Amino acid sequence: MRRNKSTMKVSRQERALQVVNFICMTVAVFLCMYPFWYLIIYSLSDPAQASRGVWLLPKGFTIYAYQWIMENTNFGHAFLISTSRTLINTVLCLLGSSLFAYLVTQRDMIARKFIYRFVIITMYLGAGLVPYYITMKSYHLNNSYLLYIIPGILNAYYVILIKTFIEQIPASLEESARMDGAGFFKVYARIILPLSKPIIATVAVYASVGAWNSWQDNYLLAQSPKLQTVQLLLYNCINQAQVLADSMKQGLVQAPGAVALSAETIKMATTIVAVLPVMMVYPFLQKYFVKGVMMGAVKG
Amino acid sequence: MQGRGEESLLVRRLGRRRVRGLKYTLLAVPFVIYIFAMNYVPLIGWLYSVFDYKLGQRFLDFGNMVFVGLDNFKKLYNERSEVMRVLRNTLVMSGLGLLATPLPVVFAILFNEIKGKHFKKFVQTTTTLPNFISWITVYGIAFAFFSVNGFVSTVLRQFGIEPSPTGILGDVDKVWFLQWFLGIWKSFGWSAIIYIAAIVGIDSELFDAARVDGADKLQTIWHITVPGILPTYVVMFLLAVSNILTNGFDQYFMFYNPLVADRIEVLDYYVYKVGFIINDYPYSITLGMLKSLLSIALLFTANGLSKKIRGDAIV
Repeated sequence: MRRNKSTMKVSRQERALQVVNFICMTVAVFLCMYPFWYLIIYSLSDPAQASRGVWLLPKGFTIYAYQWIMENTNFGHAFLISTSRTLINTVLCLLGSSLFAYLVTQRDMIARKFIYRFVIITMYLGAGLVPYYITMKSYHLNNSYLLYIIPGILNAYYVILIKTFIEQIPASLEESARMDGAGFFKVYARIILPLSKPIIATVAVYASVGAWNSWQDNYLLAQSPKLQTVQLLLYNCINQAQVLADSMKQGLVQAPGAVALSAETIKMATTIVAVLPVMMVYPFLQKYFVKGVMMGAVKG
Repeated sequence: MQGRGEESLLVRRLGRRRVRGLKYTLLAVPFVIYIFAMNYVPLIGWLYSVFDYKLGQRFLDFGNMVFVGLDNFKKLYNERSEVMRVLRNTLVMSGLGLLATPLPVVFAILFNEIKGKHFKKFVQTTTTLPNFISWITVYGIAFAFFSVNGFVSTVLRQFGIEPSPTGILGDVDKVWFLQWFLGIWKSFGWSAIIYIAAIVGIDSELFDAARVDGADKLQTIWHITVPGILPTYVVMFLLAVSNILTNGFDQYFMFYNPLVADRIEVLDYYVYKVGFIINDYPYSITLGMLKSLLSIALLFTANGLSKKIRGDAIV
């Protein structure tokens, strides 16, 4: 009964607002999703038909562009580099940042404030591209896989997020463990880490997306093709349209049943392949992303 | 056994707490060294704004560093027309960004009015996704839409309109607008989250009271939701103001091409260009250093303003 009454109360204005709102949201969703969809259908279409326009579904379905990428580029290797750096980076970053965050919550620590600020300031004080470049070079990290691993171990922003979270854990839990004779590392591993799971998950998501998307280190400091990441492969692929087109001329000599390729199709397929890992895990991890923003609203 | 004896001596001297405190500090030392090596050593590189640096020279080779005084700052003055152009682009892009700051607020308010739970989740998932793809990927997508043979040109041709021969990506008149649009596309859903959180944080009694008083939806939004978000908006706006010199490097690096160079070279890109294309390290370091210092000054100003307006700091 009550329900009926309240539905009746919904005024005309409110209903109109609902409709307008629904339209606005649908447009927003469309603007955000259609570009991805367009690239997917285009890259799955026969290039000759696609160049005349595809809108909703692939025309002349073919996965030849994807096959071509697998066979003719370094994609497999780049994928391995990107995936491995993402995994190693994330794990080390989580360990380093959480251990340091827990350390600076210890009130007994001598020079605690100074040490914490010493780390946090780096968030605001960037040296710039060239100083970064010559520093990394002077450490001989250029053209080395370690370039992808070492700089990401401690991140000031993640330290703030984790520290804020740890401070909300009841101190009594830690104290009683201490009474039972557990040392610093034992408390960290057995109590702090398990209880910080939500924020650890959030930071893990940020760190892994960041690692997957990073390319500057690769571009500036690691020219060796052995160290090429998926992002840089995509960058090169987009920028070498002409070279690509030339190298594909052989492919264009049509063997019976073979489909021609175009530079456009290749580029779009590569873009999709580079973004696919993020798109696949994103819907499942979205709540952790959001949690980080809420936490980030709390200042360091 | 002996170790234990020593420890107890130390404990007796300093007290248990101090010893534990010292232990924590020692544990933090590796982190401090690490941060020093990664973040502070490059800062020492700022010395090269007053010392010469030749390509291939060893970093901080103090014995062989030649003092050049204010040469790089003089260069900045001599090339002021170029610097002004870059600064203009930077401020235009930042200014456009500031103009767009109400957009996530509007989106958050509309988002909050969605009734269906699943639709709500769907909208949030899809609109925040663009924030998590790299600018390289955005470039790949933009290429598919705005290049000579892209989506937009294809649509125009279908309507019998001949698109510009350079495509929108090569159109210098549209470059500011396009970059603005792409920036909004990538970030509006993500920026809205903080406002959505602010709306959720508004005391629900206020909404109930408004309903009892007979306020309709629009009135409720205007008199309760908007004032409820305003403090958050002020903080975000001040942060954006303190960031006006930073447009981000990735976006402008990706979309750079000779046709649009004149208007797309922002400070972050210019620092890269001077350093890695012109190979003038000291001048690039000088520019980067000035940018960093000015940004920090701006941040402090914004922080001071925030303290004055809201009685609370932002950083």
